[in-house]
Amino acid sequence: MGTSAGGVSALSTILQALPEDYSLPVIVVQHRSSDLNTTLEEVLQYKCGIRIKQADEKEFIKAGTVYFAPADYHLLVEKNRSLSLSFDMRVNFSRPSIDILFDTAAEAYGGKLIGIIMTGANGDGADGIRTIYRYGGVTIAQDPDEAQYPTMPQAAIDTSCVRHIFDLGQIVNYLLAVGGKETFTDE
Amino acid sequence: MIDSQELTELLESIRFVYGYDFTEYSEASMKRRIDYFMTGNKIDSIHELGKLILKDDSSFEQFVQDVTVNVTEMFRDPAFYKSIREKMIGRLATYPFIKIWIAGCATGEEVYSMAILLKEEGLLDRSVIYATDINQKALQMAREGVFPIDNMKAYTTNYIKGSGNGSFSDYYIAKYNHVLLDKSLKQNIVFSVHNLAVDKSFNEFQVILCRNVLIYFNQSLQNKVINLFYESLCPFGFLGLGNKESLLFSDKRKKFEEIDRKEKIYMKTV
Repeated sequence: MGTSAGGVSALSTILQALPEDYSLPVIVVQHRSSDLNTTLEEVLQYKCGIRIKQADEKEFIKAGTVYFAPADYHLLVEKNRSLSLSFDMRVNFSRPSIDILFDTAAEAYGGKLIGIIMTGANGDGADGIRTIYRYGGVTIAQDPDEAQYPTMPQAAIDTSCVRHIFDLGQIVNYLLAVGGKETFTDE
Repeated sequence: MIDSQELTELLESIRFVYGYDFTEYSEASMKRRIDYFMTGNKIDSIHELGKLILKDDSSFEQFVQDVTVNVTEMFRDPAFYKSIREKMIGRLATYPFIKIWIAGCATGEEVYSMAILLKEEGLLDRSVIYATDINQKALQMAREGVFPIDNMKAYTTNYIKGSGNGSFSDYYIAKYNHVLLDKSLKQNIVFSVHNLAVDKSFNEFQVILCRNVLIYFNQSLQNKVINLFYESLCPFGFLGLGNKESLLFSDKRKKFEEIDRKEKIYMKTV
């Protein structure tokens, strides 16, 4: 998932709906600056059943966990399904960048990936959506009419690579439908 | 997007031909950097890239320089420098002579930050800082000590947050849109090339800093490098890592004591 301005509220709505034994892993880039001593993960965990944590260097991705990119680092997914950090240049003025997460996740998971772009004020993530689509994954954008900041989901939609335009309620239903019952196997 | 198999073969060839070992770097960011290099040089395939850099030394050098560049700042993560003042300086002051290794120094911002800190603590005169990196172009820039003026405002904020007790502007002169760091800071610094993936230990140090370099290495290489650092530290020597790094993948992790868990400062125990 990728979000920017207005993202915490959107994420809150979605993540609160996911159960503790949710069968898929969730990886999130929420644009965040290093100036704020943010306890984003703690604040969200308070309200959520599913486990919420900041991604740790080379940590293996597990089901039923939400991994957040730390402030001021890019988050990358490795082929062996672990998470790496990088301090390379900003992409779309952003670090962490949604494009980098989505590109590397697509390479690691191929078609077994759902990419979701929600509220935000810049175009980060649009290229990433295109990549996920090309690798056969499912691409979802939050309905720009509902999004607090429509620019980011709209930019994703403009790539013509978004399969579903959903409001938050529909995103929740979709995620529960795909991740509620199937078992996820760590390969 | 680059094919993994082709990439692995290229990196093996590079190791064979030039002795540079990138095979244990974190794959995802290495791929991105190589992709960026190829786009910038209008190279369409790994095959073409291989033909270019395996045959032509200067193309290979350019490739290394572009692919190993690491971004850095002065007094980056000010809390780390604050912790150095509070937790390391006391012990360091007891040594008649202090040797510090800054591994993966890139363009030198961290090196000069350490020099400033030591100067303010009255320890610079009896210290030598060995600053190494794989990237010769970055090292040359580090030697010159010239930095863009645009960055200085942010660095000043970092400096103050890191408990700097002087005036940051005392340490440099501004000229047009660059600043030149003071000569007195350079006297106790030795810059040289060193490849963490391949080279051996070259001295024994009281302090080794290696921040936001290990994140570019896979777990296996991280372990090898921490071993190298362990061997290069004197008893009770300090190791400082980047704030998202750790000794988790090192088989020597029990041989270090946590001095500052948050800022990733460790001490070699015996």
